[in-house]
Amino acid sequence: MPETKGAKKIGLIVNPLAGIGGRVGLKGSDGRDIVEKAFAMGAVAEAPMKAAKALERLVSKKEQFQLLTYPGLMGEKTARELGYEPVVLGCLKGDATTPEDTEKAAADMRNAGAELILFAGGDGTARNVYNAIGNSLPVLGIPAGVKIHSAVYADTPAHAGDAAVLYLAGSGRIQLKEAEVMDIDEEAFRNDRVSARLYGYMTVPYVRNLMQSAKAGSISSEKDTMMSIASHIVTQMERDVCYLIGPGTTIRAVMDILGLKNTLLGVDAVLNQELIGSDLNESGLIDLLDEMDNRNVRTKVIVTVIGGQGYVFGRGNQQLSHRVLRRVGKENIIIAATESKMIALGGKPLLVDTGDTAVNEQMSGYVKVITSMNRQMAYRIAY
Amino acid sequence: MKDVRLRKYHSAAWDEPLVMEMGTKGERGIIPPKAAKEVAEKLGDALDLLPAGMRREKSMNLPEISQYHVLQHYLRLSQMTLGMDLGSDIGEGTCTMKYSPKMHEQVVNSSKFADLHPKQPAETLQGILEIVYGLEQYLKQISGMSKFTFQPGGGSHATYTNACLIRKYHEARGELATRDEVITTIFSHPCDGATPATAGFKVITLMPDENGYPDLEALKAIVSERTAGIMFTNPEDTGIFNPKVAEYVKVVHDAGGLCFYDQANANGIMGMARAFDAGFDACHFNLHKTFSSPHGCEGPAAGAYGVREELGKYLPAPTVEFDGTRYYLDYDRPESIGKVRSFLGNLECVIKAYAWIRSMGAEGIKTAAQISVLNNNYLDKLLLNIKGVTRPYAEGKRRLEQARYSLGDVKEATGVGTAEIRNRFSDFGIQGYWMSHHPWIVPEPFTPEPCETYSREDLDYWAAALEQCVKEAYEDPEFVMNAPHAMGNTKILDDSLAEDPDRWACTYRAYKKKSK
Repeated sequence: MPETKGAKKIGLIVNPLAGIGGRVGLKGSDGRDIVEKAFAMGAVAEAPMKAAKALERLVSKKEQFQLLTYPGLMGEKTARELGYEPVVLGCLKGDATTPEDTEKAAADMRNAGAELILFAGGDGTARNVYNAIGNSLPVLGIPAGVKIHSAVYADTPAHAGDAAVLYLAGSGRIQLKEAEVMDIDEEAFRNDRVSARLYGYMTVPYVRNLMQSAKAGSISSEKDTMMSIASHIVTQMERDVCYLIGPGTTIRAVMDILGLKNTLLGVDAVLNQELIGSDLNESGLIDLLDEMDNRNVRTKVIVTVIGGQGYVFGRGNQQLSHRVLRRVGKENIIIAATESKMIALGGKPLLVDTGDTAVNEQMSGYVKVITSMNRQMAYRIAY
Repeated sequence: MKDVRLRKYHSAAWDEPLVMEMGTKGERGIIPPKAAKEVAEKLGDALDLLPAGMRREKSMNLPEISQYHVLQHYLRLSQMTLGMDLGSDIGEGTCTMKYSPKMHEQVVNSSKFADLHPKQPAETLQGILEIVYGLEQYLKQISGMSKFTFQPGGGSHATYTNACLIRKYHEARGELATRDEVITTIFSHPCDGATPATAGFKVITLMPDENGYPDLEALKAIVSERTAGIMFTNPEDTGIFNPKVAEYVKVVHDAGGLCFYDQANANGIMGMARAFDAGFDACHFNLHKTFSSPHGCEGPAAGAYGVREELGKYLPAPTVEFDGTRYYLDYDRPESIGKVRSFLGNLECVIKAYAWIRSMGAEGIKTAAQISVLNNNYLDKLLLNIKGVTRPYAEGKRRLEQARYSLGDVKEATGVGTAEIRNRFSDFGIQGYWMSHHPWIVPEPFTPEPCETYSREDLDYWAAALEQCVKEAYEDPEFVMNAPHAMGNTKILDDSLAEDPDRWACTYRAYKKKSK
């Protein structure tokens, strides 16, 4: 191993089974029997190849950092094939890897002093990394799953590598932001039903497109933009209107400004700047709507775009069900998201999946999404 | 691609200190002679002529430096830049960088203009007022509008003037309290959103549809009794001309809003299509773009802002009028939005634009537009033949005078993005290109605009230089990553500095304070 005392340490975790199921039409790879079935159907482990695409970008910088990884297909093999001499942590029992291996790897890497962990996988892998290390250090996903809802992944494997390069260089083009980890119930997904819970937030580095020209002016940071969005929402808040505050970091800033306790992953209720309900589930929300109706108080919903696929309803905020939304009405839905999140959709519409076609239909069409103080974007919602 | 010989170039590299750090104690640029004995006897010490309250107590903290050292200093600095007349500005899309005739500099530097004072009585300013009035007549014909002001000191200042006028219009109708939304598009210049926001409006941005036009259905869905107006460009930054622009205007008019056409860059349509004919209520031209006055760091700017007849009363005071025998300034404008700048604006730009229009003539202006579009489409063919260069939106549709391309495929394959290729580009003795306004919708963008100035050889050279940079990115990405290699100034290592006012220093005093 080359002497790299004091050098930065980057962790690499590969979930070799990620995406296996999807390639053979099995929607997800959770569960040993699914993996076996996938291999029997001719699936090839693609995650190591995806990880290699990211690692290739770091090859010319490999003297500048120490790569920490796990044995065999969990990273070591890919790293060695590209000429790295990684520090291999942990050990595996046999060839088959388990979610627990991912969790153990993430914890070991944090304990060994990793500053950034790259992990190749899908929604399940992100969940495992989150279980082990939460939000304690920056991580970045190398997308290897088939359809990833968690927003902790770079858009392509190569871009994950590029971000790591800039992170190593301490470039000002890199900023940190919190991104969603989603919990997809794959069993339900295989039955053509998507159940996605907002599981938590991890810190990810992301590359900002800065202009090297005075003509472009300054660009606000993600955090400033969220504060700007929240300031807009708070200034527009009306008296005697009940606000249901959806989950997410963008909306959390609203509660920060109001000085109210926020449930990051749940729905709170605010009336006249006071908290009247915390972490309400669907029935709690229905009860609240009944009460507000009795008091003749109008209700509005404030939500953000959750995850990387552009969902406004139906992913990570199931409490705001079709029963709730039907009663609130489209005209009382306030949507906020940072401009960068909207642009990352690449022109694809925002999505709703409430489980009720009539409500989906009602929510569809053009909306004005708040992107900062006094700035909105006209955008289409589809289902 | 034609076989083009790329020039070998290297800028001078001087390890030059700041001028404030130069000189030695006692070194002087000018030592004024002492007054003649008789004068001194009669008037005493010249310094005593200064009132006590106007005298400095301490001497200024200026470098002590001789004239020729100052001259050398600035010559060294100038050698490290490419300079206005050496490079090729083809890459500066949306900026409309064209040749600015040197003759115009002589005119504005002559004492006939340079020695005028804006507070002279109008009777003694007849010449310049005639030129102001004359340019207004030409721009009225080019735009179809009825009245212009040249007060705004730049394009964004003109759009701000427009936002103020929209506000005044609705205020006069008693609707300002409810009409608080101005619409713009994501591919318009950012000032079309920023200036109405500064004027107190909420701003709604339209995104492009799959053809690259602003989403018309979105516009129809969001207009309401809150709509104060729309401010946008056509073609937008993408260079795609929207033939249905009159429909957008109708939607906003039907909702009770005003429509503003940002024509900062009118190079592709001047003499071909008019804002008024498409139904717009107002428009503006950057005299320092389309009408040849130099800009960027090369000259002052002027935004010529024009409106249709019924809005003329709101324009800033004074306006320049002609009573058949003399020109005069009209301050009696009770409904005006007020002044947006002192006096009449940057009149050197007005003179240059006037001279340019006079020398081009109506047909010449039209021909310039046609050549700029032809140049762009020739360059487009060359660029789209370069591996890794793509041009998102409206595939197969021609662009007008500029186009936004993407190097996203190059980035994906090599890790080399547009910022790095741009750094390498300058090694070939041409200006680094303009990437994109913010936000970047097109990944890894670049936006050339080959105005009518440029010859076929210029276009071939530009495309060949880009092809070489992209080829190097595929073959030796590290080499491009570490560019530029032939410039006296190397690249900015931490580009986040540019967005942190706490780390900016616009003066030496601020630099000393902040670098502590």
